[in-house]
Amino acid sequence: MKTSTRFWLLASSILVSLAVLTFLVHYRLIDRYLSRLLMLGAIQSIIALSLNLITGFTGQLSLGQAGFVGIGAYTTAIFTTQGWPFPLALIPSVGFAALAGFLVAWPSLRLRGDYLAIMTLGFGEIIRSLIINLGDLTGGASGFKDIPGFHADGDINRSIGFLWIFLSFILVTVLITNLIRSSHGRAILSVREDEIAARAMGVDIRRVKIGAFALSAALAGWGGALQAPFLNYLAPTSYDFLKSVDIVVILVLGGMGSITGTILAAFGLTLLQEWLRFLGDYRMVIYPLLMILMMLFRPQGLMGGREWSLWNLIARLGGKNREVRHG
Amino acid sequence: MLRVTGLEVSYGSIRAVQGIDFDVREGEIVTLIGANGAGKTSTLHALSGLIPSTGSVELEIDGNRHNLRGIAPDLRVGLGLVQVPEGRRVFGNLSVRDNLLLGAYRRKDDLTKDLENVFRLFPRLKERLNQRSSTLSGGEQQMLAIGRALMSRPRILLLDEPSMGLAPLLVREIFRIIQAINAEGVTILLVEQNAHMALKIAQRAFVLETGKIALSGPADELARSETVKRAYLGG
Repeated sequence: MKTSTRFWLLASSILVSLAVLTFLVHYRLIDRYLSRLLMLGAIQSIIALSLNLITGFTGQLSLGQAGFVGIGAYTTAIFTTQGWPFPLALIPSVGFAALAGFLVAWPSLRLRGDYLAIMTLGFGEIIRSLIINLGDLTGGASGFKDIPGFHADGDINRSIGFLWIFLSFILVTVLITNLIRSSHGRAILSVREDEIAARAMGVDIRRVKIGAFALSAALAGWGGALQAPFLNYLAPTSYDFLKSVDIVVILVLGGMGSITGTILAAFGLTLLQEWLRFLGDYRMVIYPLLMILMMLFRPQGLMGGREWSLWNLIARLGGKNREVRHG
Repeated sequence: MLRVTGLEVSYGSIRAVQGIDFDVREGEIVTLIGANGAGKTSTLHALSGLIPSTGSVELEIDGNRHNLRGIAPDLRVGLGLVQVPEGRRVFGNLSVRDNLLLGAYRRKDDLTKDLENVFRLFPRLKERLNQRSSTLSGGEQQMLAIGRALMSRPRILLLDEPSMGLAPLLVREIFRIIQAINAEGVTILLVEQNAHMALKIAQRAFVLETGKIALSGPADELARSETVKRAYLGG
């Protein structure tokens, strides 16, 4: 199949399913509970994909990703409370997060591995204490209350929110997929694989790292920006070290450097946490148990570094059919 | 083409390269031989700008002279000075194709001819194009490392121990290919421990000993010299 036909087929099928899903949500054919779970999963996917960019593809372990998410969330909360519409508030939210990513990238150029992880951890904690201590702006430790939704009308709010969140999710996925397949993406991967060889091949690794950090932070901020009108309430504890670790867990379970794996794990863990509610407190045992089993039996994550692709599946099925016919 | 004067590299208080002078003329194969720790790799890394150094490195391309002091490694690749690092250092999780395309990272023009050229020199890489490069054998990885460097259209290629860890038969093949690349107009600076093979294909040679140049001259003369024979050629 020609690449352009493929593209239009894929793009139109995605848009049609998005329209159908939004319709179902709007007319409550998908109930409120499930639709909120789907939205949570999509936001988690965006955030996990942002970490995948810097940790999975560029190879720089970040333990402060929740900090960038927090910047996006609180910026949106502050601006929408001031009366800005959500789409406008999205701009400074993504911008501030990108700026923070840019600033963190500079000192990180000298650091590697554990040291870099500790530095990003420190950054995340700085953001959390800023949120707590800038009480006038952020509501402090008691949280940011009464954040406007996507739309004043309840029913419209739900479907518009759904549309915003899934449109963002699709955009971020497409952006990262295309980036990784481009020559910039190859440069990003080369930094992960071998910095010395990358430099010897003419890759400016400083630029690659700073760019990857800033873009990763911007996307994390985008995910955070969606949380504010979706949850209507933000608490500083949602952006602490443990949240950063949660995102790393999604990445590890899904497979570092796999886009489809990350999305699968983000949705899977979000749904799993809900479905396991009947276990009560034992739910918290299942989660770490899952991690231990995963590390024992599939340390590379669900997908390893590979991707799941509809086209490959079709091609494989087609191939099998042909074999049968010849046989 | 390349003129190095007073090059020094230090790691803390250790002076790995202690003020060496040498030059490479256009179209030549020049080899830098020496034992472990003589400063060969440090010299190459300094030429590529991968580590800080003092002294002067001048690169002359098509009559334009460039002083490489303070020029970033990626810009040196752009000028035509490209290194094939020691130990191959292919990007293991990437396909052979992606490795080759990364070699041409700084180029924006059409790569079809360059890919064909690499496949002509290394037909095996074409068969393995979609394979992860970590699954290649040592010899194939060395071929990929050289092919990857060729994709950037180097004018002068710095090769760091291309024979390392390869079977004698493969070593001969790699050296034959280095000669073929040179015949196509690429100047070569070859760092080797395998002095025997290196002196065979080089026109001139420099012998490095503990950070200084101990001997220099035409390669065939050095191959006959008693000192070199005793120290590097095993009798």
